[in-house]
Amino acid sequence: MKRARILPPLALASASLSACAGPLSTLDPAGPSADAVANLWWVMFWASVLLFLLVGGLWALVWLRPGFGRSLAPMRWVVLGGLVMPGVLLTLLVGFALYIGERLLPHALADPPPRVSAHGIMWQWQFSYPDIAGAATTPTLHIPAGAPVDIVVTSGDVVHSFWVPRLAGKIDAIPGHRNVIRIQADRPGTYEGVCAEFCGDGHTTMRFRVEAHAPQDYRQAVLEAAP
Amino acid sequence: MSESPPLSPIRLHKALERIWGTGPGWQRLSAVNHTVLGKRFMLTAFVFFAIGGVLAMLIRAQLASPHAAFVGPEIYNQLFSMHGTLMMFLFAIPMLEGLAIYLLPKMLGARDMAFPRLTAYGYWCYLFGGIIIVASMLFGVAPNSGWFMYTPLSSQPYTPGINADIWLLGVTFVEISALSAAIEITVSILKLRAPGMALGRMPLFAWYMLVTAMMMVFGFPPLILGSILLELERAFGLPFFDPTRGGDALLWQHLFWLFGHPEVYIIFLPAAGALSTIIPVFAQRRIVGYHAIIAAIVALAFLSFGLWVHHMFTVGIPHLALAFFSAASALVAIPTAVQIFAWLATLAHGRPRFEVPMLYVMGFFLVFVIGGLTGVMLAMVPFDQQAHDSYFVVAHLHYVLVGGFVFPMLAAAYYWLPHVTGRQSVHRISVPAFWLIFIGFNLTFFMMHLTGLMGMPRRVYTYPSNFGWDWLNLLSSVSGFILTMGFALFAMDIVLHFRFGRRFRRNLWRAPTLDWAMPTRPTSYAFASLPTVTGHAEEADPDTLGPQLAGGQGYLGFVRKNRLETLGVDMTTGRVEHVAILPSPTYLPFISGALTTGVVLAMLFKFYIIALLFALATFASFLFWSREKGEREDCGPIAIGKGETAPPDAEVSGPSAYWAMVIGLAANGTGFAALLFGALYLWLVAPAWPPPQIVGPSLWLWLVLPALGLASLASRWAQGTNASGRDPRLQLSVGMGLDIAALIVLSLALAALPDPTAHAHMATMAALLGYSWLHAALGLFCGLNALLRYRWGYVSARRPLPLRLNLMWHDFTLVTGLLGVALILAMPGLIGALEAAR
Repeated sequence: MKRARILPPLALASASLSACAGPLSTLDPAGPSADAVANLWWVMFWASVLLFLLVGGLWALVWLRPGFGRSLAPMRWVVLGGLVMPGVLLTLLVGFALYIGERLLPHALADPPPRVSAHGIMWQWQFSYPDIAGAATTPTLHIPAGAPVDIVVTSGDVVHSFWVPRLAGKIDAIPGHRNVIRIQADRPGTYEGVCAEFCGDGHTTMRFRVEAHAPQDYRQAVLEAAP
Repeated sequence: MSESPPLSPIRLHKALERIWGTGPGWQRLSAVNHTVLGKRFMLTAFVFFAIGGVLAMLIRAQLASPHAAFVGPEIYNQLFSMHGTLMMFLFAIPMLEGLAIYLLPKMLGARDMAFPRLTAYGYWCYLFGGIIIVASMLFGVAPNSGWFMYTPLSSQPYTPGINADIWLLGVTFVEISALSAAIEITVSILKLRAPGMALGRMPLFAWYMLVTAMMMVFGFPPLILGSILLELERAFGLPFFDPTRGGDALLWQHLFWLFGHPEVYIIFLPAAGALSTIIPVFAQRRIVGYHAIIAAIVALAFLSFGLWVHHMFTVGIPHLALAFFSAASALVAIPTAVQIFAWLATLAHGRPRFEVPMLYVMGFFLVFVIGGLTGVMLAMVPFDQQAHDSYFVVAHLHYVLVGGFVFPMLAAAYYWLPHVTGRQSVHRISVPAFWLIFIGFNLTFFMMHLTGLMGMPRRVYTYPSNFGWDWLNLLSSVSGFILTMGFALFAMDIVLHFRFGRRFRRNLWRAPTLDWAMPTRPTSYAFASLPTVTGHAEEADPDTLGPQLAGGQGYLGFVRKNRLETLGVDMTTGRVEHVAILPSPTYLPFISGALTTGVVLAMLFKFYIIALLFALATFASFLFWSREKGEREDCGPIAIGKGETAPPDAEVSGPSAYWAMVIGLAANGTGFAALLFGALYLWLVAPAWPPPQIVGPSLWLWLVLPALGLASLASRWAQGTNASGRDPRLQLSVGMGLDIAALIVLSLALAALPDPTAHAHMATMAALLGYSWLHAALGLFCGLNALLRYRWGYVSARRPLPLRLNLMWHDFTLVTGLLGVALILAMPGLIGALEAAR
């Protein structure tokens, strides 16, 4: 009876999850970094569904079939459910997540990726291109498609956070600090970005657009971009 | 002293009630009784919960549709900042304090908490502080930087108004009251228990509260320190967090989350303690894994201090360092799982019966498990970097806090309300209320996981309709109103319960704990005589014990010299150690609370001279506390019933007040350690270093240590003089003179510093000296207090406590002063070394 009440939302959730594309959706990845995280999410999601059913099921059985659990000694319950099960699962999960996290870092590459600077001020982003002589500062972020780009994120006033959900996770822009995040768009196109850290009255509208260009067009596109 | 012949239960009741009870009318302001104050705390917290709930409804009204024009960002920012602040600081923490204050003495077999006047003072501070914070909304100047107040947004240039000051001063005011409650709870659990209740026989709820209170003792000081530093920056320009002048925004984040993460477990553990009490009653079986649960919550407490950085996975800390915090965050799931499975095993091995409280326990189970699972997800660094600051986190934190606190508190309300009122519900409104709350909650917040994964950042006041968030937000908003209806129904049920509940005789749920071994509604003195615990305190038999205790067959079943007496025991074994003599109802806590409010208000409006005057008045009022209470003669062991004797608290070496000082100094030391951490953190990490000017050793700086050292020596001398039976007033006066000398030296050392607004280096050095200055000033107060207590006749060689406390304070001041000065002297070398390495 209790499970019947739990299952519909779960079914609803998984049905809608597979159909949640959107310009800011982390589940509609358009680059390797966001893709790796989306995979991690699906692994954790299904594992969580199973664990929830296990605990919810045990709870239901305790009430519906009194005495079913007596065959297992009391402390066995605690040791198996409280130590062994989470111990094994968490070790696997932490290892897997660390492996993914390590791969996403902006490691030094033989062919250093281009750098773009993202400077947050209340309440807009300014993108500049130190690698490209003569490039102006733009309100839209231009990147080449199909290759990694390192974004150097800084702030001119309060804490902001640079986030293009379809490409990668976020990194904070903290005044006085300089953070680097590696993003990559697999295909040319337009992607949406937001400021993720609350930064005052204009936080809501501190959005920006990312345009990924074919590599051969990139340089020209940056030079022609409207400031 | 010989015992008078035993009174009849009715006459004993009347005699006790006359001295323990609180009078009617205005005399209610003088209440110091734990039952009265526990109820006040919980009722007040529920009112703030309702206000916070209304704010949440306004938030959901605004977000129901895209491009809504209901409120603009200026109002919206106040709404969510206040919602978080109210729910965390004015609802959750005071609610758990209220539950602890109401229940602990009753579960431990004592008549009251260790410091009833402090309970009352804490309540008034909470009420007045809460009113200041809430009133700010009426004037449209409520805090608007979010409930975690990140700098530089909350700093002067970006939030120039009074909004942030209200948060910093108001919340600090309430937190200091919470800290004093934590100290009181710790001492009450450790010292005021029924004879025979060894630590290993204590009810689990007391264990949970002990761990919670210790976590508060070490968790709140970093936040209090951070708030003071930020207020100093806002009011006087000391740049602790300003990156252009050697401060660092990240220091605030570290200090805040160093508190903020343990805070989550501080809220969860008391709720889990309630569950560990309720579940065995309805499983009709003792809890499975008593010792495993204790080990789990102690482990949880330690772990919770090692994972604050998981709130900061996106600030740019190296991945390998994050890995440590990620693993620790995942590890925290293990002690939680131990408890979950202990509860399941208790039910599986018991004969479970389903009553209304268990319905809410079920709500807890299902909601909290989801919150725990998403918590493990968020502990994974790469996933957190996507989900952080999105609605996924909003969903997670509501699943954890509502699942882990609100549902258990609702279960606890239905379980203990009959205890409070002496009535049981006749209507079953609790059942539809549950389903509205449960379904409303899940529909509101489950959707937010999705909204977050689809990229909606938190704290946006509106959104365009092309991001696919419309239907999710609409569903969340509509369901939010279902949830609210559920709470309205709950509130109605409570009112009906008071009005129409049916009376019952004793121990409604057939519980095996001491809180039911008393009349319900409880009398002001809780137990007419105190029980002896021979077995486990969770295997008591309230049905036979209750009448015996009411008949005066336990300890202290009499009234002596109109004194409020309860028993103090040895911390670990529970052997009787002393008779604790508690204060009678008094208006002083109310007066002191009102004066303290004056300090806060004057600082809020920047009238610093007036604030200083109010502070002096507050301390003067504390001297009156000191004057009211004490024993004027040595009397040796006195009868406690059953033919046994014990000395009064003033004549033993470890009374409650001594341990309160020990724990208070531990909290204070934690705050000082956080200050040292801040100074070193800025040196190591902050931008805009090295400073333009480096603080060198001044003559006055060198004199600080001799001054503090001599003041400490004089305190020792005074204590020794008193111990040998002579008058210590000369030595105390000398000590006070040395305190004044130390204050002068410290003032000159402060004046010799370069301008502290110029750079965070100077500001932190000034803060270290300021800390010592404040402690020397309080040392002067300790000396004055000891002197006056001697004069009033409360001190003798056998009753030396005020002199011991005075000495402890001065030793602490000396040690922290030593460390502070050492750091100041080491700074030039440290700065040079770091520059050389760069």
